[in-house]
Amino acid sequence: MSLLSRKTIVIGGGALLLFFLPLVAKLTGQPYLLSLGSRILIYALAAVSLDLLLGYSGMISLGHAAFVGIGAYVVGISQFHSYEATPFLSAPFLLSGSENGLFVLPLAILVAAFAALIIGALCLRTTGMHFIMITLAFAQMLYYFFISLEKYGGDDGLSLYARNSFPGIDLSDDRHFYYLCLTALGLFLLFTCRLVTSRFGLIIRGAGNNDRRLKGLGIRSTSYKLVTFVIAGGGAGLAGALLANQTEYVSPGLMHWTLSGELMVMVLLGGLGTLFGPVLGAAAFLLLEEGLAMYTEHWMVYMGPVLILAVVFAKRGLFGLLAGGNSRDD
Amino acid sequence: MKKLAMGLCGVGIMLSTLCSAAEPVKIGMITTLSTKAGYLGEEIRDGFKLAIDQEAGKLGGVPVELLVEDDGAKPEKGKQIAERFIKKDNIKIMTGIVFSNVAMAVVPKVVQDDVLYLSANAAPSKLAGDGCNANYFSVSYQNDSLDEVVGQYVTEAGHKSVYLIAPNYPAGKDHLAGFKRYYKGTIAGEVYTKLDQSDYAAELAALRAAAPEAVFFFLPGGMGINFVKQYAQAGLNQTIPIYGPAFSFDERLLGAVGAAALGVKNGSQWTHDLDNPANQQFVAAYKKAYGRTPTLYASQGYDTARLIASALKATGGTDDLAAVRAALKKADFASVRGNFSFGNNQHPVQDIYIREVIQTADGFTNKTIKKVFTNHVDAYAQDCKM
Amino acid sequence: MLLVIEQLLNGLQLGITLFLMSAGLTLVFGIMQVINLAHGSFYMIGAYVGATVAAKTGSFLLAIPAALGAAALVGAVVEIVILRHLYKREHLDQVLATFGLIMFFNELTLMIWGRQPLFMDVPGPLAQSIEILPGLPYPVYRLAVIGVGLFVALALWLLFAKTRAGMKIRAGASNRDMIGALGVNINLLYTLVFSLGALLAGLAGVMAGPVLAVQSGMGESILILTFVVIVIGGIGSIRGAVAGALLVGLVDTLGRAFLPVLLRLVLESSAADSLAASLASMAIYILMAAILVWKPRGLFPAHA
Repeated sequence: MSLLSRKTIVIGGGALLLFFLPLVAKLTGQPYLLSLGSRILIYALAAVSLDLLLGYSGMISLGHAAFVGIGAYVVGISQFHSYEATPFLSAPFLLSGSENGLFVLPLAILVAAFAALIIGALCLRTTGMHFIMITLAFAQMLYYFFISLEKYGGDDGLSLYARNSFPGIDLSDDRHFYYLCLTALGLFLLFTCRLVTSRFGLIIRGAGNNDRRLKGLGIRSTSYKLVTFVIAGGGAGLAGALLANQTEYVSPGLMHWTLSGELMVMVLLGGLGTLFGPVLGAAAFLLLEEGLAMYTEHWMVYMGPVLILAVVFAKRGLFGLLAGGNSRDD
Repeated sequence: MKKLAMGLCGVGIMLSTLCSAAEPVKIGMITTLSTKAGYLGEEIRDGFKLAIDQEAGKLGGVPVELLVEDDGAKPEKGKQIAERFIKKDNIKIMTGIVFSNVAMAVVPKVVQDDVLYLSANAAPSKLAGDGCNANYFSVSYQNDSLDEVVGQYVTEAGHKSVYLIAPNYPAGKDHLAGFKRYYKGTIAGEVYTKLDQSDYAAELAALRAAAPEAVFFFLPGGMGINFVKQYAQAGLNQTIPIYGPAFSFDERLLGAVGAAALGVKNGSQWTHDLDNPANQQFVAAYKKAYGRTPTLYASQGYDTARLIASALKATGGTDDLAAVRAALKKADFASVRGNFSFGNNQHPVQDIYIREVIQTADGFTNKTIKKVFTNHVDAYAQDCKM
Repeated sequence: MLLVIEQLLNGLQLGITLFLMSAGLTLVFGIMQVINLAHGSFYMIGAYVGATVAAKTGSFLLAIPAALGAAALVGAVVEIVILRHLYKREHLDQVLATFGLIMFFNELTLMIWGRQPLFMDVPGPLAQSIEILPGLPYPVYRLAVIGVGLFVALALWLLFAKTRAGMKIRAGASNRDMIGALGVNINLLYTLVFSLGALLAGLAGVMAGPVLAVQSGMGESILILTFVVIVIGGIGSIRGAVAGALLVGLVDTLGRAFLPVLLRLVLESSAADSLAASLASMAIYILMAAILVWKPRGLFPAHA
């Protein structure tokens, strides 16, 4: 295989395009492209994290949006307390609100990862169809929990006063924000790329393909799966935190199971078990939704069959279509 | 790669061609057309469009273009659309949001960006009180108004104890608070149910055990249908009267509730039988255009469009936004509600009525029975420093 | 005390509706190893067709077969056109394809029937309450729903335990190839089972019509409850579906009914009301988590 395989070209080209999008937006006088671009990057991040579960370790989670929502709420609640100048926790230790992104974004990752640890530990007691339904049910439980959380707006959600502050950059500038999202996605992709090619990655992929065989080798895959679940939760939490900043708004709607479904669609549309596929899938889904919505208010009646056709016929997704033969990163 | 680049360029070109044709005044309507609540947005849109169609594509003599987008009752989606309307389409006037949570996500930001927002439905308390803004007008009501009128009426009717039911979310609590502001008797019970709950058997049993003299409920959309039907099936409508704001008794919902709602009294700022020329003309034109009786949402959409028309007529366009704002504030139009002006917080000062569900040859509908409030001002106006 | 009995009946009635939904779904899960998110759509189709026929003809007795037929027919078409190609695929593909189906059906009902909810009346003789105990009136229609549910449970048990067809279905579940070799048309068998599941969902839908708002998207709220039932009961087990449905129905109803009262004993009333409302809406999920910790495969796993 030559150095410049189709796959390399597709990835490199995509990266270049994403990098220069702000310039394109400026030259064409279309500032809206930047918001759309940021949204694509954020959803891509969430989709890549979900792909770790769906595509690599065979865990079909229908509740991934819960972690997106948790990440978003960390940003929202933290800023709420920062503006009200009240502590979030006074005992057992003092935890006050903050709107500093350097603190809040990592916190969002941690909290989402911790929630993933608890939910994952419970869900991983099951496999197969049980797992699908149980993840869905947990997400619904959190959804109802946040709806009744009156202090933080309940179903009305929380409006942010402004985007988080970040030393050196100004997130209220859409271009700065775009590059923050791009950096976050880039770093997460780099991290997952290292992860799936490591020994750890081999094991989780083994667990996805043939759990029994791993057992024969004396490897108990459950703890590996749990770690993967936690990492994916953290990634989704980061996406949620960015999404909260992008829309400057947080609501339980982010945890609704239809969002989990849409994230799944993005992964599949882009290419299951590839790292860059979900990025492409997120872009395709959001553009398709936007494009169809412009022509018809009944866009879902077209989106549904498109989805079914994609499932039945285009198994390798858009990325497989573009990158050809060995699109999978293994 | 090539394909992808071409595709993205294509999108860019599509976006730029769409926004270069900027002749008429663009009005952005963010509303709910999908999901179970989709008919609400449809009513608002159709009412609004009727006003434009009556002037053959103009409002107040100025050509307008109405851009309608579906928010799917999701605040996030509403924000995205608003962002697109502002950044891509350069829209200066927006309207249409059905739900308060969508409004709370969208309105505070867009009014900061020098966009005029005219609410054709949702009017949460925060935007009426200290969160009021010169760029924000509510043409419909303040959310609590329709509950306050029922509170007053139930007190006048002499019910000594009332049982309250609403979904467990902020709007539910606001609506019950509105009722309690004017109700002087005792509260026999106050129950908050799950959002989107469909079965109310457990709540009805508890209600029967509490034996109140009346029931007040705020359960919008399908929840209200379920509740009223099950209330009648449990035989409770024979013994304990129910009351509510108009939201569960618009003409399109009544068709789905059927006889179970007969005789229920509800509060509204408008009904199709209000006796004024603007209203008679509107109801007749709406029936002709869409083949159905307009609901209060349609009347709000129509009034919003007529209000914009009055401002555009005075200013000739949206180049001078301050002038448009000043013209809007005068409310110099013939509202289908008759009496209409803006208070200091730019919410309506209007009459509010109690009406009763009746059956006619055309099906189930409402009949105005009493004007309870004249020139009603909402409870939050005093907190607005404007 | 009367209140407790009434609430127990309410819980039973909710449980029965859930059973009708879960019985079909658990069969499809258990026998065909296929996950179907669009099961709620069959419920919606049953309700819509039932309401339409009832409105046009004025007869509830005609509405029932029409709803059942429509749901079963759509179920068969979905199985033949789409799901059949996905049996050998991973669950993920099935999830996504049926997610697409939900989008499609929800929007399609809006396009066909318009955006406002439909009306469906309680059939005449059932439209009243009777006093089942002195001082305890109860709607006859809800009693009828309980009766139908019990009848269906019995019929399903007879079908699977006593008839040849039932045995074939069970055999098909354990060894697909062998039953094919024995000359049973397995494709036909699976289509029939799937369509039976859809029919039961349609029955639940048409029976819910007079009680609930018939509207687009009505299937999803009950679908998720159905999942909880199946996870609790154990996939593929009718017995589990019965147990899970009753448990969920009772916990949900009793939680809503008595949590506020209990919490008011220890908290001031507004805090109690709001906490009770939150807890009640999460109660069944907490129940599910607890059962899962105790028995990861549900109460009555089918292939124990």
